[in-house]
Amino acid sequence: MSTTLKRVHGYLAEFDSVKDLYHAAEQVRDQGFQRWDCHSPFPIHGLDAAMGVKRSTLPWFVFFGGMAGTSTAFIMQSLTQSTFWSDMGMGFLEKIAETYPTVVQAKPTGFVTLPAFFPVMFELTILFSAFTVLFGLLAFIGLPRWNHPLFTSKRFEKFSDDGFFMSIEARDPKFSQEGTKSLLEKIGAKNIELVEDDI
Amino acid sequence: MAATESDSHQDSGAYTALDREPLVLNNRSFGWITNRICGIVENKQPFGWWVLFIPSVILTGIMAFCFVYLIATGVGVWGQKQPVDWAWDITNFVFWIGIGHAGTLISAILFLTRQRWRTSVNRAAEAMTIFAVMCAGLFPAFHVGRVWMVWFLAPIPNANAIWQNFKSPLLWDVFAVSTYFTVSAIFWYLGLVPDLATLRDRCKPGIRKMMYGIFSLGWRGANRHWSHYETAYMLLAALSTPLVLSVHSVVSFDFATSVVPGWHATIFPPYFVAGAIFGGFAMVLTLMIPVRSIYGLHDLITPKHIDNMAKIILLTGTIVGYAYSMEFFMAYYGANPFELQTFKLRGLYGPSTWYYYAMFACNVFAPQIFWIKKMRTNLIAVMIVCMFVNAGMWYERYVIIVTTLERHLTPGSWRVFHATWVDITTFIGTFGFFMMNFLLFLRFLPVIAIGEVKGVTPAADPHAGESHEHGVQEDDAMGYETPASTYPGGVKPAATAA
Repeated sequence: MSTTLKRVHGYLAEFDSVKDLYHAAEQVRDQGFQRWDCHSPFPIHGLDAAMGVKRSTLPWFVFFGGMAGTSTAFIMQSLTQSTFWSDMGMGFLEKIAETYPTVVQAKPTGFVTLPAFFPVMFELTILFSAFTVLFGLLAFIGLPRWNHPLFTSKRFEKFSDDGFFMSIEARDPKFSQEGTKSLLEKIGAKNIELVEDDI
Repeated sequence: MAATESDSHQDSGAYTALDREPLVLNNRSFGWITNRICGIVENKQPFGWWVLFIPSVILTGIMAFCFVYLIATGVGVWGQKQPVDWAWDITNFVFWIGIGHAGTLISAILFLTRQRWRTSVNRAAEAMTIFAVMCAGLFPAFHVGRVWMVWFLAPIPNANAIWQNFKSPLLWDVFAVSTYFTVSAIFWYLGLVPDLATLRDRCKPGIRKMMYGIFSLGWRGANRHWSHYETAYMLLAALSTPLVLSVHSVVSFDFATSVVPGWHATIFPPYFVAGAIFGGFAMVLTLMIPVRSIYGLHDLITPKHIDNMAKIILLTGTIVGYAYSMEFFMAYYGANPFELQTFKLRGLYGPSTWYYYAMFACNVFAPQIFWIKKMRTNLIAVMIVCMFVNAGMWYERYVIIVTTLERHLTPGSWRVFHATWVDITTFIGTFGFFMMNFLLFLRFLPVIAIGEVKGVTPAADPHAGESHEHGVQEDDAMGYETPASTYPGGVKPAATAA
């Protein structure tokens, strides 16, 4: 697998505790770095602010996902099981669906039927929202992916156990091989490692 | 670093009156928590696991045989005859679907209300939800008679040009239960991702590492990911909360929207939801108390957890008792002679009154001993009450469904229901199916949410005092070795400081 050509991905540095990582993050944030991250086995309370990470905009997408579910359920039920659209003067839609309401026990099929459709509308709102959460999240965080340069570091495996890491990518405009290393040393990092990636 | 005013009391060592009870006992370190929980998956299963697993597989086989027999013969192999057309199958359906509700309550509602003690039990409870819903789904699917036609329940355009009757609560149920299963599975899986990464990072290269690697999606614990992840998790909790309340409400609509005396009651939705949470918590405790002792999870599932769950059982059991009494009162006060007669037959002189008394004793009276703190912390007492509740909740559904239908509006068609051997073995078989799934879950997936438990330890607080920065790494009571591959360079360090 390994080729002779390597590309510097960035620095990986380890910290002793949540607290050290937290305070280190504040300093890296204040230096104006953009392409860097902290890695921890669990979400650290307040680290978003310490890193200057903005609040996720995922809920907006989920709102529209949910609304899509509501409308899907409403259209599906009203087109196939009511005369709602003909009553509204849009009978051609029901013709497209090529269906007619199933009349059970002579119950009405017009406008007054709509409340009976609410449970399914509710359920599909939740269902579509949940799928939007799942796929929206994966799109936001760029996963799944097969590999990542950080996984070339053996030490990095500890991130999912009890290791607290910070990675600063070489792509960051403020990155410099010497300057960034001395910054990491100054803010209390241990085991600073230059992570290289196969080209 | 000097301790600030706010955390100085933590540094003094002794707990002051205002401190909360610790959620992880003995100040365990992150490494200890990882080792303990991953050790369950990475090591040989204890003897008790096999003792439970083998009968479960056999029972699953029996269940499969019963369903094949039913398909080959017809639904008549079950005991239902006019007028009792819904009997054990629907009873079992409602019973199993109710069990699932505790899992969602723990994972969603307790998350939104910031009940941090949920972290130790939510993973197993959610797994229980999923397996219980799987068991529940089997019964209506086979009850339709021709199980190969069950796809007619799905709104798919078909050659017959016949669409589902969306005005029927039975179809609402199809949507409610399938949405519930899907959302629960998404919620469970999303919670698993960071823990699967933990397992992946501890594995030796091989098929296991590959599988954990694929399912952990390349998770690298990045805070920019955690930020979105936490939002996503909260959204799912916020979506699951109304969902779980809706599912059993919709199940109760199957009965409440009918015009059958004894079923046609507006109290049904809240009464069913309370009963579902009640029965579900009993099942959570039934599973978790043995798991806790078999795998030595005493520091993670503490007496506080069991105490809290016992309190919820006491509360919901009392709500259920109120619902039983109010149902009876409304039958008397509502001045509907058919309703009153149904309840007289159900509770006073019908053919199946003993089910009613068993239900009342198990669900209302048995949990009342939880008013005593000693009983909430006594595991044997808790287990006994949970067994009563498990049985009682089944009786409750039997009373609602079967004893009502046995004495329908037309006395000429009255008939007492008798279960056949297929009814009984199918139901017992679903317990095997449920247990088998749960045991496989214990075998392959982390039973406790590793990341979440670490997050509620004092050391996870970036503003904690010095003394909490490193938890105590002691020798593991179960003797689980940390695999050498988890250390940098594959070499275990000589000694770790206590």
